[in-house]
Amino acid sequence: MGFFLETLIGGLMAGMLYSLVALGFVLIFKASGVFNFAQGAMVLFAALAMARFSTWIPQWLGLESAALANVLAFLAAGAVMFLVAWLVERLVLRHLVNQEGATLLMATLGIAYILEGIGGTLFGSDIYKIDVGMPKEPVMILEHVFDGGLLINKEDFVAASIAALLVALLALFFQKTTTGRALRAVADDHQAAQSIGIPLHRIWFIVWCVAGVVALVAGVIWGSKLGVQFSLSTVALRGLPVVILGGLTSIPGAIIGGLIIGVGEKLSEVYLGPLIGGGIEIWFAYQLALVFLLLRPQGLFGEKIIDRV
Amino acid sequence: MTRQIGEAILDLKNVSLSFGGVKALTDISFDIREHEIRAIIGPNGAGKSSMLNVINGVYRPQQGEIVLRGERFSRMNPYKAAKAGISRTFQNIALFKGMSVLDNIMTGRSLKIGSNLLQQAFWWGPARREELAHRAKVEEVIDFLEIQHIRKTPVGRLPYGLQKRVDLGRALAMEPSILLLDEPMAGMNVEEKQDMCRFILDVNDQFGTTIVLIEHDMAVVMDISDRVVVLDYGKKIGDGAPEEVRANPDVISAYLGAGH
Amino acid sequence: MLYRENGQFKTSYADDQQLFPIAQDRWSILALTVFAFIGIPLLVDEYLLRAILIPFLILSLAALGVNILVGYCGQITLGAGAFMAVGAYAAYNFHSRLPGMPLVLSMLLGGVTAALVGIFFGIPSLRVRGLYLAVATLAAQFFTDWVFLRVPWFTDHAASGSVSVSNLQILGWQIAEPVDKYLFCLFWLTVFALLAKNMTRSAIGRQWMAIRDMDVAAEVIGIRPLFAKLSAFAVSSFYVGTAGALWGFIHLSSWEPAAFSVDRSFQLLFMVIIGGLGSIMGSFFGAAFIVILPIVLNQFLPALGRLVGLNISTAGVSHAELIIFGSLIIFFLIKEPHGIARLWSTGKEKLRLWPFPH
Repeated sequence: MGFFLETLIGGLMAGMLYSLVALGFVLIFKASGVFNFAQGAMVLFAALAMARFSTWIPQWLGLESAALANVLAFLAAGAVMFLVAWLVERLVLRHLVNQEGATLLMATLGIAYILEGIGGTLFGSDIYKIDVGMPKEPVMILEHVFDGGLLINKEDFVAASIAALLVALLALFFQKTTTGRALRAVADDHQAAQSIGIPLHRIWFIVWCVAGVVALVAGVIWGSKLGVQFSLSTVALRGLPVVILGGLTSIPGAIIGGLIIGVGEKLSEVYLGPLIGGGIEIWFAYQLALVFLLLRPQGLFGEKIIDRV
Repeated sequence: MTRQIGEAILDLKNVSLSFGGVKALTDISFDIREHEIRAIIGPNGAGKSSMLNVINGVYRPQQGEIVLRGERFSRMNPYKAAKAGISRTFQNIALFKGMSVLDNIMTGRSLKIGSNLLQQAFWWGPARREELAHRAKVEEVIDFLEIQHIRKTPVGRLPYGLQKRVDLGRALAMEPSILLLDEPMAGMNVEEKQDMCRFILDVNDQFGTTIVLIEHDMAVVMDISDRVVVLDYGKKIGDGAPEEVRANPDVISAYLGAGH
Repeated sequence: MLYRENGQFKTSYADDQQLFPIAQDRWSILALTVFAFIGIPLLVDEYLLRAILIPFLILSLAALGVNILVGYCGQITLGAGAFMAVGAYAAYNFHSRLPGMPLVLSMLLGGVTAALVGIFFGIPSLRVRGLYLAVATLAAQFFTDWVFLRVPWFTDHAASGSVSVSNLQILGWQIAEPVDKYLFCLFWLTVFALLAKNMTRSAIGRQWMAIRDMDVAAEVIGIRPLFAKLSAFAVSSFYVGTAGALWGFIHLSSWEPAAFSVDRSFQLLFMVIIGGLGSIMGSFFGAAFIVILPIVLNQFLPALGRLVGLNISTAGVSHAELIIFGSLIIFFLIKEPHGIARLWSTGKEKLRLWPFPH
């Protein structure tokens, strides 16, 4: 029982990060109909920027404090991601209005290649470390409830908390602020939103900025855990089943979908893995999403589509 | 007129349809007789298009049944309807945009294709013969609708009126026994309307096709249809010959607004 | 003035429905085919065959398959690499487990196996569309990645899924030299391109396109979405599967699952989008573009660097390649979303009217 709960909690914590990445997808898809395959490359790019700035900035400014250096590096990386968002909107999206989904998807793959190339050129392609002082040692909790207690990874816990906080902030931003309302209007109907004077281009810039920040946070968390390396860009592929599960246009869907996939992956790896061989978590998440898809084609929370002829 | 209006070929019994909480059709019954031109009229949002969608199975009504030539269908689907000889045109032209006029109309022959995928891949024997036979048939439709000059043009490039004509052509290529027309004259100028009327009457007259027609132009409806059903807010408020319907007080108030 | 159809009157529907109704097209395609079979083997050296022409032929075949599904039937797939893998490993199993199995037959059976798997993974297309479907097809990709890496039976218990074939022959014809390999692939591609052209101009092709353009209307005129979609998945996967078998057997001769990774799937989708969706010709254009571009960049960039006094490292070249490749893709999508095939046909149309465009 204790072991099961440990796995479950581990899954939920991993799932929170998936929710975060999925939210990046959902925001961009809602606002611009773009299925952003570059999300993974953005995570990698942001993490690279963060890792390099945190070593460069102390050198440039002669700083002693690691904390200050990290803060400055985070801000610098954030600025870089804003620049990326601006360039993407300016050079790519603006010219692809009203194109089909597949074309836009391909364009984001193009963006992903460019980001990987530029990232490699600017920041190098070795494995870097991000050290933001995440606690590494595991802790025992609930020792008096369970025999032997539950072993919780503190780093995962902190990461999950940060992710949860960011997710909550974004959800609030989307529901409560004027910009958020404009975003939702654009998501419902581009042309109608434009006709009442909502500036489409600015909205797109904003969502890409938000996606950039999401990528940065995810990049820092994953980077400090696994090191900044090329494989970070595959986390986006891990986030896709989440979006499908939750529905491409639903924010609660992204959150709950992330948790389901996180838990499903961990449980399957622990309980199913030994039976049929390891490494199943990636495709398992996809199959899980697929089964959901067959039952509810619009995802858990997506809008039902009625064909009109 | 050589055509002879026969017995009821299609009978709709107590059909109700709703989307979520919205009632689109409430307890509607009427019949359609063989070889007649039957119009469905009503204000916007009255449920006319939903009615056609129920008849050919695009929508599944929650209640009621469809009796087609004595056979009961509580669950119709578009494929079954097509097999049973029902074809239709669409309000917002639903042509295949990436294909030429010829190919669009050729798709109307889909049900009559007998050769299999391998034969088609090798362009072999039956596939080739069939393709040519269907082409000849489709050319008849093209001649009938007088669209020879645009047969190789992608439909996306055609003006609206011609697209409507191609839509009709595709439906005719199925050689249907019942043809459902969803606002075939909407957005047309007088001349195009006259052409379309002539085609509809010719189809009805020459091939004996039963026609169910949704149309807003009352002059046209009263002129060409044999019987008229009137819907308002998903309910049937009138049914009968054009003169009867025109005299029906419910119909008048639905069209002119309450308070008269 | 040369490209003109004046005076070519069709007197029957059979004439009008030929493969290439315009005589100039007919002759130039024939000439090109003859040149590819006879001229190229005489003129071209081994490097060109091995590095460019053979990959081009095989990937054209795969792109053709992807185009049938994506371009003609409108079902987006990101799992083409998976079906290449299925084709390659299935052909490998038929080839190595059944002694005396003819090479061509094991490859065809590889294709048939891929078609069956394709039908299975095509089932979601009956319920979901567009991008949802695209992600669903990724399920096929990751599942096959795992299967060929971790389930030893499929790879004859080879470590990390690495297998190899040798001594390929057809009725005594040893397919060992690059020229033989080239001719074999060329023959295969010619046959299957012809079959694809036939399918797309007959009833089945019209059904696919109808489903692509307006699926509700297609069903209303009597096209069964189930049959149309699954047959597109089957035919497409067959093509992609045999391309996978060719890639493994002929091009690589020993391979691991990584040869058919998700990157390959993306690459194939790029080919059809850049080449032109819903165009047989476009599949060839796209494959040529994607095969040749990295090689050109690879040769060209260091030279350019030296010219301006820069010494570009290997890593630098590969990064620059990524950037240029990505930019070109975006450039193409913006400038000509219908692909190279559209440029080609616009060009031809202009040529037909030249020199009197009005």
